[in-house]
Amino acid sequence: MDPADLSIAEAGARLRSGDFTAVDLLAAVRRRASMTEAILHAYLTIDADGATAAAEAADAALSRGEDRGLLHGIPIAVKDNMVTRGVETTCSSRILSGYVPPYDATVVERLKAGGAVIVGKTNLDEFAMGSSTENSAYGTSRNPWDPDRVPGGSSGGSAAVVAVGSALGALGSDTGGSIRQPASLCGVVGMKPTYGLVSRYGLIAFASSLDQIGPITRTVGDSVIVFEAIAGHDPSDATSYRGDLPDARADLEKGVKGLRIGIVRELSGDGIQPGVAAAFQETLDRLRDAGAEVREVSLPSTEYALSAYYLIAPAECSANLARFDGVRYGPRIDGASVEEMMSATRRDGFGPEVTRRILLGTYALSAGYFDAFYGQAQKVRTLVSEDFKEAYAEVDVLVTPTSPTTAFAVGERADDPLAMYLSDICTIPSNLSGDPAISVPVGLDDDGLPVGFQVLAPALGEGVMFRVAAEVERLSGFDGRPALASSEGAA
Amino acid sequence: MPIDIDIAKVARLARIGLTAEELSHYEEQLQVILEHAARVQALPTDGVAPTAHPLPMVNAFRADEVEPTLDRDEVLAQAPDTDGPYFRVPPFLDE
Repeated sequence: MDPADLSIAEAGARLRSGDFTAVDLLAAVRRRASMTEAILHAYLTIDADGATAAAEAADAALSRGEDRGLLHGIPIAVKDNMVTRGVETTCSSRILSGYVPPYDATVVERLKAGGAVIVGKTNLDEFAMGSSTENSAYGTSRNPWDPDRVPGGSSGGSAAVVAVGSALGALGSDTGGSIRQPASLCGVVGMKPTYGLVSRYGLIAFASSLDQIGPITRTVGDSVIVFEAIAGHDPSDATSYRGDLPDARADLEKGVKGLRIGIVRELSGDGIQPGVAAAFQETLDRLRDAGAEVREVSLPSTEYALSAYYLIAPAECSANLARFDGVRYGPRIDGASVEEMMSATRRDGFGPEVTRRILLGTYALSAGYFDAFYGQAQKVRTLVSEDFKEAYAEVDVLVTPTSPTTAFAVGERADDPLAMYLSDICTIPSNLSGDPAISVPVGLDDDGLPVGFQVLAPALGEGVMFRVAAEVERLSGFDGRPALASSEGAA
Repeated sequence: MPIDIDIAKVARLARIGLTAEELSHYEEQLQVILEHAARVQALPTDGVAPTAHPLPMVNAFRADEVEPTLDRDEVLAQAPDTDGPYFRVPPFLDE
């Protein structure tokens, strides 16, 4: 078997048994990238020298008997909105073209400390704003299952590289579904941790009260491995959680017998594509057969969650993106005054979606409109969280389709921002509440496109979330690879 | 109900220099999005406290101890214009 087709857990075991070295593993992943990148365009930067040096160091350490843990020698890709010391970090924006960060994000530091090999930086919608990577200033990534379709977004590059094996795992970031939706559309596992469990230091901020970094992997077990490596308190992030981390691993093998699983009335009806609804129902039946009790619950505020999100996220983005002003980093367009310089630089540097959201957020925060829009959205946020709390008094986890549709065609929604926003309906509520959620692939629809199944749990409920996700994975038996990932497929 | 948007003022506040044509394009799009977003106003929220943040927490400051910072030259190397140890910008104030 090509080492690029292994899970992180399998590759780690075979590295230790001497079947191959970290250098071999990196070479296999790079071969996969050279086979697929011309079509996928999932990487923005491949750090050839840095990755080679890290793989050699990982081999040398292992031969000395130094084992840094389950990511030792494992090739991992990082979304290009997390800073990497000495490696260009653009956020897929022209306003950061050429930016070479002087420090590593805490998650990158932790990956490196755990012996991981950072392969490169993956494409995203500019500043993580989008659901398709079509908003990248550096070109759209493609879905490995059908290159005429989008990989989802914003972490579309990270999902695509994991789907084809040009990295064994990747980091994404999730503000409204940006890990889970592309994972769903690319047939891989994507997980958003409880807010605060993973440091945001060095994650270029979009909406700080919603953003959370998490793993994109081929298996649920690998998701646990990467989550454990990156989670933990960080004094550099003022919103970092200080308590004990949930045990993500303890219950993985326990199955779902006796668990109460809630389906959300408001997220299981209209607008769900038939193939997605069928795969969802089939998975529910399997969970019921495996001993889970399935019941319906209501989250009545959900229908307002999307509206609240599209006020809160732009409001925070308009404040966060004020720092891109042509003074400290990135290109500058000259002007006679500081205001002219900044206005010209920002006009040139931001693409249409980012400009639209900055304007939207600036409006929602401006005098006279604050109470009616942003203030009201924050109250709706409270109601969404209360809905979840009430639901979790009755059930252990909630489940929904991850995305109402499978991967859509490139260009299909590009001119309709609202239609694009509506595709986040199942993922946004858990960003508002700060709760964990995971998307697990459960099969292919009639068009051969992957369908994701989402498991949501209360804050710090990673244990039960991973437990159900692992059972969903076992029951569905999905282990598909796009044809593109095999040499026949690429030929 | 159309929403009242002074798009030129909003763009100025955001420091994004847009042409008249671009302004009217964004104004149209904001209308559509805000009309949808305005649905939040339909939900009764009397007595509901706003949530700014998912975690109930106060500022979590570290101990006030001097720690190493980023290397100044390395940071300044990323700036479009510098003058010795400073960032340089066009004039802020009129004469």
